[in-house]
Amino acid sequence: MKMNHLLSLGVIGATLVAGTASAEVRDIRIGVDVPYEPMEFRTPEGELTGFDIELGNALCAEIGIQCEWVVQGWDGIIPGLQARKYDAIMSSMTINEQRREQVLFSDPYITPPSAWFAPGDVEIGTPSDETLEGLTLGVQRGTLQDNYVTDMYGDVADVNRYATADDMVLDMDSGRLDAAFLDFPIGKSTLLESGAGNYKVVGEKITEPKEYFGVGFGIAFRQRDKELAAAFNEALATLKADGTYDEIHATYFGVE
Amino acid sequence: MDALMTWLEARLADNSIFTLQTLGYYGEGLVTTVQLVFLSLIIGLVLAVPLAIGRGSTHRWVSLPIFLYCYVFRGTPLLVQLYLIYYGVVFVEGIQETWLWVILEEPFVPALIAFTLNTAAYTTEIFRGAIKSTDRGEIEAARAYGMSKGLMLRRIVLPSAFRRALPAYGNEVIFMLHASAIASVVTIMDLTGAARFVYARFYAPFDAFLFVAAIYLCLTFAILYLFRYLERRLLAHLRPASG
Amino acid sequence: MIDLHGYGPRLFEGAMITIQLGVLSLALAIVLGLVTASAKMSRSWVAHRIGTLYTTIIRGVPDLVLMMLLFFGGQIGINQITDALYNHFGIDIFINVNEFVAGVITIGLIFGAYMGETFRGAFMAVDSGQIEAGRAYGMNHWLVFRRIRFPQMMRHAIPGLSNNWMVLLKTTALVSVIGLSDMVRVAAEASKATREPFTFMIIVAAIYLLIASVSEWGFARLQKRYNVGYREAD
Repeated sequence: MKMNHLLSLGVIGATLVAGTASAEVRDIRIGVDVPYEPMEFRTPEGELTGFDIELGNALCAEIGIQCEWVVQGWDGIIPGLQARKYDAIMSSMTINEQRREQVLFSDPYITPPSAWFAPGDVEIGTPSDETLEGLTLGVQRGTLQDNYVTDMYGDVADVNRYATADDMVLDMDSGRLDAAFLDFPIGKSTLLESGAGNYKVVGEKITEPKEYFGVGFGIAFRQRDKELAAAFNEALATLKADGTYDEIHATYFGVE
Repeated sequence: MDALMTWLEARLADNSIFTLQTLGYYGEGLVTTVQLVFLSLIIGLVLAVPLAIGRGSTHRWVSLPIFLYCYVFRGTPLLVQLYLIYYGVVFVEGIQETWLWVILEEPFVPALIAFTLNTAAYTTEIFRGAIKSTDRGEIEAARAYGMSKGLMLRRIVLPSAFRRALPAYGNEVIFMLHASAIASVVTIMDLTGAARFVYARFYAPFDAFLFVAAIYLCLTFAILYLFRYLERRLLAHLRPASG
Repeated sequence: MIDLHGYGPRLFEGAMITIQLGVLSLALAIVLGLVTASAKMSRSWVAHRIGTLYTTIIRGVPDLVLMMLLFFGGQIGINQITDALYNHFGIDIFINVNEFVAGVITIGLIFGAYMGETFRGAFMAVDSGQIEAGRAYGMNHWLVFRRIRFPQMMRHAIPGLSNNWMVLLKTTALVSVIGLSDMVRVAAEASKATREPFTFMIIVAAIYLLIASVSEWGFARLQKRYNVGYREAD
């Protein structure tokens, strides 16, 4: 977001780049929503890092193309892909049916569970209609966690929807939220290990039912970019086979 | 009632976005929006009357603080005021332990405070203008009758000022309705919040936002007609006599 | 001195974006406002209807909803068109509606409707005898507009224009919600990261007040210029 907006307004007509569709895989741009620690976030110096970023860069290197990361808010991340602001999304996006209608997914590259997080002094039993009744629950708007909580507990509890995971953590810190439902690695990193407060996981990690939790995170492409998706799938298989994937995984999630 | 429900369900069967659930969100959103706007307008109005009188006071220490309050609240975006109040109260040391937190915890109350302070500032200026334009002759007549300042204010100045302020206040009501859309920024599920939810879930911006735009349009028209009716009733004496 | 935790430069950039956004939207709004005013005063029934429909809809729907509709919806609408071109004709076109452009277009569209009303009132306030006099001198339509109607109209329009600008300036804060890094967005991010909401938001509020005060002064000068030859009534 530099100061060249005047310029961009001027050239909006000029960006009508006409060309022919080419079959070869070219350098691409990848959309990502930060912060979502440890999947994607900025270092204090402002540099992008995280599991998605490092794996994405490794995949691009394997394919032999240059990849540039573009930061985009979650609300507009799929429209941004279709608008060709970038050519792929690698941003902890769970593969599910609603999204499949909009985009083309790669093979899943990681399958993390979701989990309930709550302040240490809040007593909640195993999450159910009874234990969550009347509580204020936080989710990030438009995520699978939003869909799940809305459908399962929308009638018995208040659901607060946030634009970013950061906003949610802030309201949790301040005591406005009784519990939040998040991708487990994100909650672990931003709540349990942040040192900002005293938090805990409530109940089991959740991966079922599949209609909500899908088969894992995938890289999203435009429907027509089938060659690009195939190239990424091939590269992912290679990285998994040669141990690079395990190395990156260990950096961010430790050895299980 | 049940028959109506089954009829509705049948209507909505071939439509994946406007299900009973999402329509329910729009319904709740409508209630929240109307509550938020109505309450802030009423409280703002109650605050604005004494403020408008004080704003015209000859005592500087009365009129100056009111002038500054109006200047700041009218000169800065409502969104900034909302952020300051919503996130600001959290960082007041130890507020979570006091009884105040019970009401400030809900996003509705900080939003209501921000909206009320904002509309009170605008309404103060509207009333101030209306009071200032009171006919000198009316005031002199009241003085001649030996009315005290308070009585004159109550019987002569305020009633006619309210009438003159009506058209401008009608605009303020509509502005407030539109401004209330930013409540969705602090997680309140008002009408716009419902639309954002539907958009984020189905990636259907046209369905989500056009539908809510239509509801706002209806609300705006309802307010317009209400004020037109009030003007006809209360400002009848100002209409040119029909021959 | 106030500790900005290193957010100073970004806050400054944000303020610049706010100002650019405000000025560009104002320019668009003035153009749209002149067109709308002409349409609403035109003898053509269709132009009149379109003008009225535009101002009614814009003034009936919240700015934020219009902004989201245009930003999220506009992009998808354009995509459907370009995708159709690609599928049927093999033409690959790319049109990017970025947040800044969407912001300028939306705010310009919204305030074009308000400006339309301001200009319409101002044009009607110009004495028709003056226009007839211009015609009698043999001036053509354009010359009458440039020499007589426009300068006199501006005298009546400036108070409304100044008012609209103040509201427009504050409306720019809404672009922070669709993801543009204006100063409100930067301040919100900084508040969350540093846990100091008052510091940043109060600075932003002060900048808004500063811009408003400077422009108030500017409009007063402009008013003076267009008031040459008139004396204000008491």
